[in-house]
Amino acid sequence: MSRIEVTVISGRSLSQAQSRERGKFSDEYARSVAVCELDPDDMNELGAMEGENVRVTTGFGQVIVRAAVSKQAPHRRIAFVPYGAWASMLFDASTHTSGMPTLKGLKAIIERAPEAKVATLQEITNMKAE
Amino acid sequence: MRGMSKTTSENVICTFCASGCDDLEIRHDARDIDSARNGCAISISRFTSVKENRILKPLVRTRRTLRPTTYARAIDRAARILSKAKYPLLYGWSQTSCEAISKGVELAELVGGLIDNTTTSCHGPTILGLQDAGEATCTLGEVRHSADLIIYWGCNPIHSHPHHTTRFTIFSKGRFRKARKERRLIVVDVRRTDTAKLADRFIQVQPNRDYELLTALRTAVNGEELEQDSIAGVPREVIEELADMMVECEFGALFFGLGLTMTAGKHRNAEAALSLVRDLNYATKFVVIPMRGWFNVTGANEVSTWQTGYPFAVDLTQGYPRFNPGDTSAVDALARGEVDAALVVASDPVSHFPKAAVKHLLKIPIVTVEPKRTPTSEASEVVIPSAIIGIEATGTIYRIDGVPLEARKVIDPPAGVRPDVEILDAIIKRTKSLGVRR
Repeated sequence: MSRIEVTVISGRSLSQAQSRERGKFSDEYARSVAVCELDPDDMNELGAMEGENVRVTTGFGQVIVRAAVSKQAPHRRIAFVPYGAWASMLFDASTHTSGMPTLKGLKAIIERAPEAKVATLQEITNMKAE
Repeated sequence: MRGMSKTTSENVICTFCASGCDDLEIRHDARDIDSARNGCAISISRFTSVKENRILKPLVRTRRTLRPTTYARAIDRAARILSKAKYPLLYGWSQTSCEAISKGVELAELVGGLIDNTTTSCHGPTILGLQDAGEATCTLGEVRHSADLIIYWGCNPIHSHPHHTTRFTIFSKGRFRKARKERRLIVVDVRRTDTAKLADRFIQVQPNRDYELLTALRTAVNGEELEQDSIAGVPREVIEELADMMVECEFGALFFGLGLTMTAGKHRNAEAALSLVRDLNYATKFVVIPMRGWFNVTGANEVSTWQTGYPFAVDLTQGYPRFNPGDTSAVDALARGEVDAALVVASDPVSHFPKAAVKHLLKIPIVTVEPKRTPTSEASEVVIPSAIIGIEATGTIYRIDGVPLEARKVIDPPAGVRPDVEILDAIIKRTKSLGVRR
């Protein structure tokens, strides 16, 4: 299958927090944050290889990130993208009168995108400006 | 070099997450940190990377490029931007001291702005929930000494608060609970997280259905029958068994995270969790502590409440405070294109806000007060570098459970770099001298 439907959630990860301290413009930060962790069975179904790029699309935006086999599985049909500029391309600004945007629990499509490039932090900021 | 002798500072407080770990040992001289011990992986990275990615000089944008300038010029430009704006947003505040936050509220009142802190995109819904349901709570010390049942719901402290389990819950040595086998751990999450792997019972709830599970648990705790066979992906018998574990414990502690506040239901999820704990207190002793993120996000709520009456999302444009999340909250005001300038202190909304809010933020002048380079500082009109609280400057912070701590200075900031509180005070003074419209 070249695409799967998932629920996408964002959150803190240890490597995201550690690399943030070293600097948001570091390669290490991009490697820890521009990633989508998938359940191993979902990964197989999608036919994606570890480290291959995928396109994540929600009703609010899309982003290219690297696919990784989740070490916190099972979580069939749930994709985890750590907090960061890449994840925030996907989320709904509507807060339902709470002030809180929806950063977890949105429906998303994941497609293989081995040819597509992961944007740099600078490019993501430009995309947000468009 | 003269005056560069090495020393070890003990009982240093970590300023990353809001657990307020106060057992760090930092080996350092006046300027540099050699090593950090006792902290978690994030804490060690924070202390040993203190010099990396720093902003060393104030910057002001001229002809589309950020160029170095003096503090006086940067502060003048910041004051002019804020006093000219009709509806400035003053945002961030969770990674600075209470003293600086206090100045921030004063500035918001002076310029007639909207002041909001990162609670708004974190545990804001929890605060709305506890305004409805109340909060049966205690300090982390009481949990460590007495709790025999720990619940982590929608949070993954092994990643977000790495020493929470060892200092305060299952692996901590308390007065009355000395070992892991004297405590039980329930984890409720949508993934089998690294925290869930430590649990005696792991409950995998379906995404966006925590409210149903919490309500079912309340039903069972209150001795009512559950009619459905399975709720939110969890079999009825399991829910009844969990309810029994909760009612039968001697001292239970529920810690919940953004798995409740960021998903469908938001503040209603928080209210349901707080109500569950309230109900449990008819049967046993039970407390709840939200897993607050940044090291002084709780302090931001405290200071904002002392000075305005409200914990976050406070609009001061009318000359009196208004609190109406959804209207007076940062993401909403940005996404509607209402604010016309922003002061960002110790935060990075350009990275972390949804695209629809960032799009407007990038159209308006931003003043950033921040120690390190971020996408927000890069997009700013004015960037004012600041000292890092708890490493290069002393300041008051509030732990996750509302205990205030003095986060002390360990080393000097980079040459010439000032603490937030001084920078904000200077912006206030300059704004007053420019003459305020209101």
